[in-house]
Amino acid sequence: MKTLEEFVALFAELFDDTDPSEITATTVFHDLDEWSSLIGLSIIAMAVEEFGVVLMGDDVKNSVTVEDLYNRIISKA
Amino acid sequence: MAFLEFKNVRIAGVSAGVPKNVASNLHPLDDDGVSSEYAPEAFVETTGVLERRISDKLTTSDLCYAAAEKLVDDLGWKKDEIEALVFVSQTADYILPATACILQDRLGLSKECYAEDVALGCSGWVYGLSNVASLLMSGTIKKALLLCGDAKKRAVGPRDPLFGHAGTATAVEFAEGAEGFRFHFGTDGSRYDAIITPDGGSRNQVSADSFKLEEIEGKKMHRMQTRMKGMDVFAFGISTAPMSVKKLAEHYGFDYHDCDYFVFHQANMKMNNMIVKLLKLDTERVPSCMYNFGNTSSASIPLTIVTQLKGKFENKPTKFICCGFGVGLSWGTVAFETNNIVISDLVEVDQMEDRKWI
Repeated sequence: MKTLEEFVALFAELFDDTDPSEITATTVFHDLDEWSSLIGLSIIAMAVEEFGVVLMGDDVKNSVTVEDLYNRIISKA
Repeated sequence: MAFLEFKNVRIAGVSAGVPKNVASNLHPLDDDGVSSEYAPEAFVETTGVLERRISDKLTTSDLCYAAAEKLVDDLGWKKDEIEALVFVSQTADYILPATACILQDRLGLSKECYAEDVALGCSGWVYGLSNVASLLMSGTIKKALLLCGDAKKRAVGPRDPLFGHAGTATAVEFAEGAEGFRFHFGTDGSRYDAIITPDGGSRNQVSADSFKLEEIEGKKMHRMQTRMKGMDVFAFGISTAPMSVKKLAEHYGFDYHDCDYFVFHQANMKMNNMIVKLLKLDTERVPSCMYNFGNTSSASIPLTIVTQLKGKFENKPTKFICCGFGVGLSWGTVAFETNNIVISDLVEVDQMEDRKWI
């Protein structure tokens, strides 16, 4: 299973115009300028590919920080 | 387990009709319901839909009619030999009667004709094919038309840039000894609201409030328009389509990698790429038409065959797996082999004949 650090790096890769240094475990990702529901789709795709976990829309919507998202994935793995 | 097999039936031909008018997603018009959340370029990059065909005049049945006329002509079928017609759409001409009844007459088919509508979307071609195959397998009805698609909506409103208009025709016939079709189907009605047009049915009757614009996932739309929980549908598609393909192959004991072509419902590029990746498919065998036509609901599988495979496979034995999945939620996968099949040129419809409809 991937660590939180590895997850944060994978998460940062989903953004084109956001500097990876801006993204940490405590980042409130919905507040990022580049955030959109299209990136939400990328998160769901990444969770399936890297963790074999199917996240629902509410899992993404109700997560506040990047770490919340990681914890949701881990709880479903 | 919802598996079905029908022997002694084959696909004789496939055709598709689309409006001539092209709408670009890089240059949206005022009445395109573009999200305020992201730029047009980001939408095109993620969904893979550069442009689509739309018309504010042509109905699904107009497009299916044009496709059917072309296909019947190309096949050299006699109209009075066609004794079944199944119309699959969520944009019927009228609330009633069934559009299939209107098409029986409009196409000049005999009154000795079985005709029905099926109200399914993205899974609809696969479901419709199973209906038609089951009608034909006993051999009393010899030829049938399966007409599938979605086009002009019931109410005017901001247009969703993901969706294009198309109407298709699939000619299916009784053929003694043919291998036929193997199907897997599934349904999850607990998520009926993942893709839904809330008003206009009998649950929520149409009223003035049905046309009030609301903000749904960054887009303005009213309750006579279709709304979608994008992330949930995405999660459904990437998990269910691969599962259904695998179940079908496992149940009937074949290796799905041996197929020549995999034609998936054209949902959006991100979803389809992920399905291809999860099934570890060779992308060259997975044709796609969403770049130019968008998501065309139940038309997307036959439209992909017509626009991407014409000239490549008609006269040699060719194995297909086709999988449709979406609104319902509903899904279906079919495996079949074609040979000596007729694929018509794409029919681009400008306007229909001047005929007075009620």
